[in-house]
Amino acid sequence: MIKQKIVLRYPPHVVEQPTIYHLIKDFDLMVNILRADINPKKEGRLMMELSGEELNYQRALEWLQAQGLHVMGLEQQIIWREEKCTHCGACTVICPTEALKFNRPEMTVSFNEDKCIVCEICLRACPARAMETLVDNANLVK
Amino acid sequence: MKGNRSIEEINEKVKSGSAVVFTAEEVIDLVEDKGISKAAEEVDVVTTGTFGPMCSSGVFLNTGHPRPRIKFNEVYLNDVPAYAGIAAVDLYLGATALPKTDRANRYYPGEFIYGGGHVIEDLVAGKEIRMEAEAYGTDCYPLKKIETSFKLSEINEATLYNPRNAYQNYSVAVNLGSKTIYTYMGILKSNLGNANYSSAGQLSPLFNDPLLKTVGMGTKIFLGGGTGYVAWHGTQHNPSAERLDNDTPKSPGATLALIGDLKKMNARWLRGLSFLGYGATMQVGIGIPIPILNEEMMKYCSVRDQDLYAPVEDYNRNYPYKEGEPLETVSYAELKSGSITVRGQKVPTASLSSYAGAREIAAELKSWIKSGKFTLTAPSMQLPTKDAGIKLNAMPQRNPEREADC
Repeated sequence: MIKQKIVLRYPPHVVEQPTIYHLIKDFDLMVNILRADINPKKEGRLMMELSGEELNYQRALEWLQAQGLHVMGLEQQIIWREEKCTHCGACTVICPTEALKFNRPEMTVSFNEDKCIVCEICLRACPARAMETLVDNANLVK
Repeated sequence: MKGNRSIEEINEKVKSGSAVVFTAEEVIDLVEDKGISKAAEEVDVVTTGTFGPMCSSGVFLNTGHPRPRIKFNEVYLNDVPAYAGIAAVDLYLGATALPKTDRANRYYPGEFIYGGGHVIEDLVAGKEIRMEAEAYGTDCYPLKKIETSFKLSEINEATLYNPRNAYQNYSVAVNLGSKTIYTYMGILKSNLGNANYSSAGQLSPLFNDPLLKTVGMGTKIFLGGGTGYVAWHGTQHNPSAERLDNDTPKSPGATLALIGDLKKMNARWLRGLSFLGYGATMQVGIGIPIPILNEEMMKYCSVRDQDLYAPVEDYNRNYPYKEGEPLETVSYAELKSGSITVRGQKVPTASLSSYAGAREIAAELKSWIKSGKFTLTAPSMQLPTKDAGIKLNAMPQRNPEREADC
């Protein structure tokens, strides 16, 4: 068994394909969707947790890539720029999953990527703007 | 401790590299261990620190004259307007100033990505700043328009002058309303979703000299990573705030106006900030040394988070509309534990002031003093204390019926 959080990025020409149906029906995977959106350029982004047999999971990833989708790890989506962080802690009561956590007695902020669900609320809650997202920076979907 | 210790005696020790310096955090354990008298005998100086958002901050600049000369009328630095209503090429750039093009809160809550505080941070970081200036032209100052750029090192003066910093205590902000609100105290979730505070507590400068017995006009301090001075009491200085037995105020009390040479500061300790739905501002790093002149000062400097209290205010109605009373009084020990209780409800807390930053500043100032390069100063004038009878005024509103727009 394998359990992974991944992000699928859909170029405009495949954004209307029923990908999830195939993941379940053809690869016998369990799908837990965390977040999905389509931007005005018709590029899609789907964050989810996949679980199932390892072999099926690997075949599913190959199939997704063959469909023209980009597969990324969820942990790569939100970046904590530690050098910009002033360790105030304002983000830690806003983050819904404690991915951003205030450590006591050190009184410092830390970021646990594994707990991040890419809700992106921290991007604007951080006064020093130390949280960044790849999506705005890298033009991964051409 | 027998007798008192003078600033001169302390400075002799500083210069010889033998001064005993503790941070306001470290000294707590020492006093608990040895008692006030013994600790006072041992310690010459206690260093404090704070690194929080301080809106009442800004910088005076003199750019030098172009040829031909100009008398600024309207000036923008990286699109952020600076005040030009002083001499020809003098300017004041405030930390919360916003570019004209900023949409502010038109698309609520606004982002306020770049403002005066960010320009100051960029200046200190040595970045090139774009300037656009307009003038009406005079016989002595003929130039009417200029577009150029400069770095901090290329202009004559850059004097940080912050009219109100280092607040002695601050209210804790919560939201009793049913919608999220966006304030200068950060994002406040509905129905007591979180409580935000902004003070370094036991490390905060004016909590360690509550009656301003050593901190006064001319006191030399750590400011923005460089050296600064206390210039005056700050705006809204309220030494009359009600106090506890340890002389610390139960609500926002004294404030300081600070001044220093921006050219010698460090961008690490002057940071542009963007408060969602509120505006831009600047996080300022300040450290003040407290000379341990006697046992009384040692007692003040041993104050702990559990001895310091702040009022909890509702920023949905209480604060903006000046209604009602604070909801609770809580200690900084509770605030720093991660949650407080408000109206029987457990509310998670967060700070806007960086305690880690405050710690680092107090340690840095300590190392400056120990190395002999930073001596202490006796104030040239005491700031107004609780005996001055200061009462904070509300704005006179002559025509309240015309002011219902909000």
